[in-house]
Amino acid sequence: MNEEQKSDDMKVVEDLTNSEYKWGFVSDIEEEEFPIGLNEDVIRKISAKKKEPEWMTEWRLKAYKHWLTLTEPKWPKVKYPEVNFQDIRYFAAPKKKPEYESLDEVDPELVATFEKLGIPIEEQKTLAGVAVDAVFDSVSVATTFRETLSEKGIIFCPISEAIQNHPDLVKKYLGSIVPYTDNFYASLNAAVFSDGSFAYIPKGVRCPMELSTYFRINAMNSGQFERTLIIADEGSYVSYLEGCTAPMRDENQLHAAVVELIALDNAGIKYSTVQNWYPGNKEGKGGIYNFVTKRGLCKTNAKISWTQVETGSAVTWKYPSCILQGDNSVGEFYSVAVTNNYQQADTGTKMIHLGKNTRSTIISKGISAGRSDNSYRGLVKVGKNADNARNFSQCDSMLMGNKCGAHTFPYIEVNNNTAIVEHEATTSKISDDQIFYLNQRGISTEDAVNMIVNGFCKEVFKKLPMEFAVEAQKLLAISLEGSVG
Amino acid sequence: MIKIRNLHANVEGKEILRGINLDVNAGEVHAIMGPNGSGKSTLANVLAGHEAYEVTEGEVIFEGKNLLDLAPEDRAREGLFLAFQYPIEIPGISNTSFLQTALNEIRKYKGLPEYSAKEFLDLIKAKAVVLNMNPSLLSRPVNQGFSGGEKKRNEILQMLILNPKLAVLDETDSGLDIDALKIVSKGVNVFRSNKNAVILVTHYQRLLDYIVPDFVHVLYRGKIVKSGTKDLALELEEKGYEWLTKAELPVENV
Repeated sequence: MNEEQKSDDMKVVEDLTNSEYKWGFVSDIEEEEFPIGLNEDVIRKISAKKKEPEWMTEWRLKAYKHWLTLTEPKWPKVKYPEVNFQDIRYFAAPKKKPEYESLDEVDPELVATFEKLGIPIEEQKTLAGVAVDAVFDSVSVATTFRETLSEKGIIFCPISEAIQNHPDLVKKYLGSIVPYTDNFYASLNAAVFSDGSFAYIPKGVRCPMELSTYFRINAMNSGQFERTLIIADEGSYVSYLEGCTAPMRDENQLHAAVVELIALDNAGIKYSTVQNWYPGNKEGKGGIYNFVTKRGLCKTNAKISWTQVETGSAVTWKYPSCILQGDNSVGEFYSVAVTNNYQQADTGTKMIHLGKNTRSTIISKGISAGRSDNSYRGLVKVGKNADNARNFSQCDSMLMGNKCGAHTFPYIEVNNNTAIVEHEATTSKISDDQIFYLNQRGISTEDAVNMIVNGFCKEVFKKLPMEFAVEAQKLLAISLEGSVG
Repeated sequence: MIKIRNLHANVEGKEILRGINLDVNAGEVHAIMGPNGSGKSTLANVLAGHEAYEVTEGEVIFEGKNLLDLAPEDRAREGLFLAFQYPIEIPGISNTSFLQTALNEIRKYKGLPEYSAKEFLDLIKAKAVVLNMNPSLLSRPVNQGFSGGEKKRNEILQMLILNPKLAVLDETDSGLDIDALKIVSKGVNVFRSNKNAVILVTHYQRLLDYIVPDFVHVLYRGKIVKSGTKDLALELEEKGYEWLTKAELPVENV
């Protein structure tokens, strides 16, 4: 390769490295905002705003009081400036009250925003057969397919509506898997959660479509505190998709969601996430802090499968977990976590085996590029009554360049000697020879990297629903642009 | 097809090619032979544009274009193909989808319509038959878990699919048993036409029994020290390289 050629290549690399978050735009929908800061009054105001019953307000206040006794966890392998919780706006909702019959009535600006994201609701409706409960900032704006679902007795609605219309279910299950005392961010979420999704699948019903929700942060300085509760009654099945992108922002934004899944006897829940919050710019400025608590409970013969593709956020702290309480229950965790530039991710899962013959599988693929840090942290715990529990864990890391880090922290606690727990881990690098081989077949370096990375993540991608897998591959390509030079 | 003029190249600062001159025309097969370390593989890699090899002097004109100005992927798109001595494994990507991507990249570059998955599948199956390839190799990840012989056959399959103007085969015969050698040679002979050309890099005359070259060149210490016809290869087999290298040394002033 001669000098001219080299400098051309350098330029391509520079151009790519300079590329910014493609979906960083702010839409101009008017927002109704709360004062900044947090106290009991703010919580009462949130609750009142959402016309919540007294028991809900009380629950929030109890959570708030408990939260005041807690301190932020420091054990994850991530570094970020102290968050000032009195500097956050805890509620923001679009001002124009959205109660529409059809999309035509929806603020065109909002529809345009969804189109920019490549997820036009109309297409979703007609093509994908996906019921979309779109959370735009904090209030649900469009809910579709609800009728089809209600024919089967399926409830799929914003959690704020469920609190009003299905209080018995919410009272019974909200906080049952992730109690408000669970951890710092789960407590905060319980106190101030803005909205989120609620799904209930009745006994023996197989949900006829993928349920999905798109989240989007769009209000300056407004923390997002989503709360999701999914209950699969005995013998039912549901596949739920969660995806999000966020507009470019200079300040850090806090996102602390809680997701609770309940799979009763013989039920199955598949929960898939493609996460692409704004990761900050190339210098590590800005970006979302994503501190999430996701946990599911499996009763007898039940199965919960978490699949996640994490490409975004400046800092991620997230461990979707399964409590395998019932005998013969199954937990799965398939994860791709990509970090580039100055992103930090500390993510993994917990598989808690309590029932007999419980099985769990963990497949984690971490890709680190730039100056990022990517950690897998996982716990496999086998209780003393969990006879014949089995776990298989595989944690693979791929490094791009030599300024990034990959770390694995597997914790294994086995209290029953019939258990079989296997853990495999590998670390690899994309080799220049692989790239050259693909180049020599006419494939550009950029495409070659994407190809190799997609190959590395294949086991996880094939667990995603089709349309999500395509989106995930696109996101990966965008996230890793310019990371090999 | 290709004109190589006074080509010098370094690897890690050490000069390996020291002034190669070679003309290859359409319809010709040239064999490049020579002892270990003479620069045969370096020449193949320099032509393909491997960045570990630094060209310090000289010129390569490929189909009227200055080859050395092109990025490796553009050299491939222009019709230069390298069958690797050690084909690389790429986990997770099926052989078929990899080759379909490659072919379509090349077709896009030429302004041709891309192949659909169905069209491509028909093409690859037809070519695999020529090489007696087990169809399961097509859906397996690229070269992963392939035997040495299967990897080499896979290189020839790629050549047949991508249908380049110039194919450079870097010791494609090494590590092949006689049956595999015959199949690989058959693939190359099927490929040969008056529109393309082949440069065969090899240690052994044996390959040339099956792929009959128009010219044979002996590379020694980074230079072509002797050129001839197929008979030269036979002579080498008989006498080894020593007579040539000794005779040439003073002349070449190495």
